[in-house]
Amino acid sequence: MATVGIAGYGAYVPKYRIKADEVARVWGKKGEAVSAGLMVYEKSVPAIDEDTATISVEAARRAVRSSGINPVDIGAVYVGSESHPYAVKPTATIVAEAIRATPDMTAADYEFACKAGTAAIQTCMALVKSGMITYGLAVGADVSQAAPGDALEYAASAGGAAFILGGDHLIAEINHTVSFTTDTPDFWRREGEPYPGHGERFTGEPAYFRHVVSATKKMLEAMDTRPGDYDYVVFHQPNGKFPLRAAKKLGFTKEQVQEGLLCPVIGNTYSGSTPLGLSAVLDVAQPGDRILATSYGSGAGSDSFDLTVTEGIADYPRNHLRRMLENKVYLDYALYMKHRGALK
Amino acid sequence: MAVPRYWREIPQRYNLVGTKCGSCGKIYFPPKVVCPTCRRKSLGHMEDCALAGRGTVESYTIIYAPPPHFEGEEPYTMALIKMDEGCYLMGQVVDLEPQEIHIGLRVEACFRRIYEDGTRGAIQYGYKFKKMEEAETP
Ligand SMILES: [Zn+2]
Repeated sequence: MATVGIAGYGAYVPKYRIKADEVARVWGKKGEAVSAGLMVYEKSVPAIDEDTATISVEAARRAVRSSGINPVDIGAVYVGSESHPYAVKPTATIVAEAIRATPDMTAADYEFACKAGTAAIQTCMALVKSGMITYGLAVGADVSQAAPGDALEYAASAGGAAFILGGDHLIAEINHTVSFTTDTPDFWRREGEPYPGHGERFTGEPAYFRHVVSATKKMLEAMDTRPGDYDYVVFHQPNGKFPLRAAKKLGFTKEQVQEGLLCPVIGNTYSGSTPLGLSAVLDVAQPGDRILATSYGSGAGSDSFDLTVTEGIADYPRNHLRRMLENKVYLDYALYMKHRGALK
Repeated sequence: MAVPRYWREIPQRYNLVGTKCGSCGKIYFPPKVVCPTCRRKSLGHMEDCALAGRGTVESYTIIYAPPPHFEGEEPYTMALIKMDEGCYLMGQVVDLEPQEIHIGLRVEACFRRIYEDGTRGAIQYGYKFKKMEEAETP
């Protein structure tokens, strides 16, 4: 089988933050208790003029710039999000134009709650393997919305990451990918509705844990590996606790999860969550390191990836996402509402 | 701005595509058909040239009373920026408190929403500027 993997990556998280304490204050809750319960201390908030398209463009431009790949060699652009700025009109064309990959290419938007970005990665892998394209760009990004006062408001945040998939100039080979998918109505948003609905406690065991654990177990079986064989593991992060609990169920250690665990400091970036976690790991990984990443999208499904970092990472100008996250500005709840009002 | 004009200007608005005179090498943004210095000599020799997006603030103003469609964004900063290629352009500087702006500030282009034609119309995207993130490597 032809080799396929990551030839470039880029991450972007808006500069603004709101602390869980501040959200809790407004709703008469105890901030410390909420933060400890969810393991979310602050979350990213987009600027007034940022949306899924602008975040995707920033991440994609970083990926193109640092990979050194000529954008005209990118034959496909897929953007996964549950907050595309238009109901009809692709985000992917905006991204493709902004990285100067147009017009000899294909493009489309994906939607699968929080796993649309990893679905985009799988599509690009297949197109590369089949020889249909030389490079493909897959983006997972969101500016997620939660109803004021809803439990989701403590975590719903903004950010995204982009990956260039290809067969050469790789910084990480993707050894394998598997998925686990069922029809599970744990979280939804109806057409024209601004905020999502969710199945309360139903979102845990039958939804997140069943899919993440099943997809990851399938991967371990397919690759004949054990949790200890991996240097890093990334799970989807609806809060800080779920990925740690999934890790424990599967036999991974807290240390394996830590590097890619961003939710405590940026919240749940939805389609950006697993891609950003993976990019944070690529920021520090060394040649030969083995990474396992499993996304989760409500509805529901999980995509799992097994990667080996190549020698190519040594010369790659990395993103240093965690350093970028230090450059932040806190908003109070009133300013946060102003930032959100412009988005809708 | 009407959708057809926005669409025609996408290369400039998204990627700062200007023109370079094939005769004297001067770079223009927005694009020009003829180089004002070389005139006839430049005809047919003006080539597309994307600016790298980096520049220095030469002057600025803070907008407290914005034009229609930009209400709610105030106060915001508009700056005259000398691009590293030598041309000047006007742009909004974002992710910056008004008191942080100063002449000589190094900025780089970013991609943002510029204008939204109500909730039913098209969304127009393009360049704005922000403080340069990382130390510059020569
Ligand atoms: Zn000239």
